[in-house]
Amino acid sequence: MKLSQYWHCFLGIQTREWLRFWQQRTRFASALVRPLLWLVVFAAGFRAVLGISIIPPYDTYITYETYIAPGLCGMIILFNSMQGALSMVYDRELGSMRVLLMSPLPRPFLLVTKLLAMGVVSVGQVYVFLLLALLVDVEPPLWGYVAVLPALVLTSLMLGALGLLIATWIKQLENFAGVMNFVIFPMFFMSSALYPLWRMQEASPWLYWVCQFNPFTHAVEAIRFALYLQWNGQAFGITAGVTVVLALLATAGFRPQRTRIPGTRTG
Amino acid sequence: MSIDVRHLSFDYGTTPVLKDLNFSLKPGRFHALLGPNGAGKSTLFGLLTRLLAIQRGELLFEGESMARFPARAMRRIGVVFQQNALDLDLTVRQNLLYHAALHGLSRKEARTRGDRELERFGLLERANEPVRLLNGGHRRRVEIARALLHHPSLLLLDEATVGLDVASRKALNEHVRALCREESLTVLWATHLIEEVRRDDQVLILHQGQLLANGTGQAICEETGSRDLSETFHVLTGAG
Repeated sequence: MKLSQYWHCFLGIQTREWLRFWQQRTRFASALVRPLLWLVVFAAGFRAVLGISIIPPYDTYITYETYIAPGLCGMIILFNSMQGALSMVYDRELGSMRVLLMSPLPRPFLLVTKLLAMGVVSVGQVYVFLLLALLVDVEPPLWGYVAVLPALVLTSLMLGALGLLIATWIKQLENFAGVMNFVIFPMFFMSSALYPLWRMQEASPWLYWVCQFNPFTHAVEAIRFALYLQWNGQAFGITAGVTVVLALLATAGFRPQRTRIPGTRTG
Repeated sequence: MSIDVRHLSFDYGTTPVLKDLNFSLKPGRFHALLGPNGAGKSTLFGLLTRLLAIQRGELLFEGESMARFPARAMRRIGVVFQQNALDLDLTVRQNLLYHAALHGLSRKEARTRGDRELERFGLLERANEPVRLLNGGHRRRVEIARALLHHPSLLLLDEATVGLDVASRKALNEHVRALCREESLTVLWATHLIEEVRRDDQVLILHQGQLLANGTGQAICEETGSRDLSETFHVLTGAG
């Protein structure tokens, strides 16, 4: 296959993702309502309860809204990725996933392109959220909006790969509700998205270690540091490493050996 | 395009689904794969389209092993699945452009080819409508148009007429036969409906994973001493 054919395929998958997104515009709004509620309502209530000391990357005392904004960016990507996984299970049940898998181009290329396409949509939503967050005085440095882009893309790739992996294991659409309980909520709450880890360590040492092992924690920290123009190599490295492992596992899950065809026996 | 299936077997777990299949598809001919539900037709399609991995046996496309040269094989195959595989929220044209992109066609080329196919299927004026608004027969036509976009030499149709009314079924069958004649397209038409098969078609009868008959409908009828294909099918499979 020629390079130009890869390029046309890449563009085609990106275009389809944006078209689907445009068709489901309400999803865009609802994906923003959730983090905005956390930012405006939840944060206002907890500001008084949760004092934040000076911790990197911040060089002064900050409001709780400022603290949780990077975590909420991660939340947008997390929910979007799981929504993407849901749509892949739906696509597989309806058959449109087969159209993708029947392309003569290599499957890893197709799946990574799809991950990127889903990621670009998520990153767009995060930027809209960050603009709205200005209204509650979450004001990172101007260059932070640029610096955070690689962290956002990496996070969306990691969570997209996780969603893809989950999609390979879920046999039916109905089983997807369990993903909410067993993946999204634990991942979000057992991370540094809502509270700094030192606070978690004070409250429960074992929970602190769970949070440390949660890759979402490192993705949120990579976003937080980049947004404030600081480099957190450990967070970035762990997020990148987990992304590669999840992408490899997810790609393996879509090999013909593991493909299921509706209408054929599976047992 | 010639296809050779050699000693092909497939199991789901410990359950054998296809048992040592051997047959060839002749270039430019209409082949009917006839079998009751559960005969293994969709599994065979899964193997032919590389959605399932070959466990035992071999698939040769123009003498080349599909396992060794999957991309070359996939470029030559167009498929219409049993279940709808169109994106209902996208328009007819957007669906075609997406498929063309997956085959590495440029947007300009895809649009030209897509419009040509839609015109041939009488759907050009509906190109900008969401697929959701089309009836079952028209959706099937879009799927066939899509399957032909990358100029395959083999067209696979898995129970393509399921859910269609009698008139639409007949029209679709006629249309594919015309494509086969006019463009020397090799066609494999899987069905469980005898009325979609003619005596001069190349007929493959699959039952419980085994190929029970392979030849022209006429020859198979003579071999089994049956009056027509319906009787042959009944004699061989016990199905009505």
